[in-house]
Amino acid sequence: MSCDFSGTLLHAYLDSELDAMRAAEFERHLETCRDCTATLGAAESLRSSLQRAQLYETAPAGLRKKIRSELKITATGASSSPVAAWRWLAAAAAILLVTGVAWFALPHFGSTGPESVTAAEVIDAHIRSLQAGHLTDVTSTDQHTVKPWFDGKLDFIPPVRDFMDEGFPLIGGRLDVLGERNVAALVYGRRKHFINVFVWPTKDPDTPIHPPGSRQGYQWVHWRHKGMEFCAVSDVSAQDLHELAQLFIQSQ
Amino acid sequence: MSSTGQGKGWDVLDPQDRARFEQLVLPHLDAAFNLSRWLLRSRSDAEDVAQEALLRAFRFFRGFNGGDARAWLLQIVRNTCYTWLEKNRQVELMTEFDEDLHQQSSATPETLAIAGDNRERLARALETLPVRFREVIILRELEGCSYKEIASITSVPIGTVMSALARARQRLQRALTQPAQQEAPHEL
Repeated sequence: MSCDFSGTLLHAYLDSELDAMRAAEFERHLETCRDCTATLGAAESLRSSLQRAQLYETAPAGLRKKIRSELKITATGASSSPVAAWRWLAAAAAILLVTGVAWFALPHFGSTGPESVTAAEVIDAHIRSLQAGHLTDVTSTDQHTVKPWFDGKLDFIPPVRDFMDEGFPLIGGRLDVLGERNVAALVYGRRKHFINVFVWPTKDPDTPIHPPGSRQGYQWVHWRHKGMEFCAVSDVSAQDLHELAQLFIQSQ
Repeated sequence: MSSTGQGKGWDVLDPQDRARFEQLVLPHLDAAFNLSRWLLRSRSDAEDVAQEALLRAFRFFRGFNGGDARAWLLQIVRNTCYTWLEKNRQVELMTEFDEDLHQQSSATPETLAIAGDNRERLARALETLPVRFREVIILRELEGCSYKEIASITSVPIGTVMSALARARQRLQRALTQPAQQEAPHEL
């Protein structure tokens, strides 16, 4: 291993654990370093083998039952109805897992119509946006520049606020597509990280900030407020996302 | 932080806590089982240990401060697995972790693609890794945890997670491309 980068930094790059700037730096290095190119190729190949091999082993149904009865959690237990709804969701997710569909606990944001958006799409959109030159279509820390920019590009006006003083400076905005509909993506900074807040209109009633979900090191929170649906996604902590979501709700 | 729930068992949790546990922790049972299965290299041992870990989590649930429930649970699962290994297969924990990598992997994407195509072979190669290398691969590649999550689950700094992952991958590549030398789990 003659190159200093081929140790940990290369793996952090492979695992998308570098911030946008360091990732770009490493990509420049890759162009000239054959060692790193080879090591990265081997590591990627190993990863896809691991994924193809489907090594994940899910819990046997009997275990789930056993634990439930040990915990005295039963269908008629002391739980309230939202929990029953959750249990149904969890069961649905479990069925999806059993049938081999790669999926995770939150099946859909919002209604299950054709316009519904999945968490996987949101994370994909976030990752896409971090590639060089994709983050913003309009780059400005001024909400009065970003908001009018959307005018005429979408069939709704997203709420745009700068939360610089609260530690979430507005970086800009862009158009994106989620679940076959156009959405506004507002980009905020948090220390050295980026947060995408996707916004689109909804007819569904308000919901509180949905407990965070996480996958591949990205977290997201979801909420509906005053006819708009929001999903904030980033590699920052779930608490940070929650804080930003609250700022949105308070400012509207 | 406080472990007020550790007294008599789960009866101390009120219905609301119970509902929260069901909502936040129970959905991660598959993750708990998968981690146990790979740390213990056995489905039946994993069933016992995952069950024990879930019950332990339930008992300590009041100490859960509302962060990432999966990471919180997996930390308990991991500790339960290590306790079990200490009791039943102590030698596995003694496999040297800080072994120097003098041997460079000769793996190329092509040889790896061929070697990695066989699930059995891949599973066996994974099982030859020392448990501390195996766990970072499982958490990263199968469970999709971030470095930060792995750090909190395994109680080590993020830098250690990074280097453990780098070395675990190299060793796994070696195990795949040089199967003859890696047949025994304790080749050191």
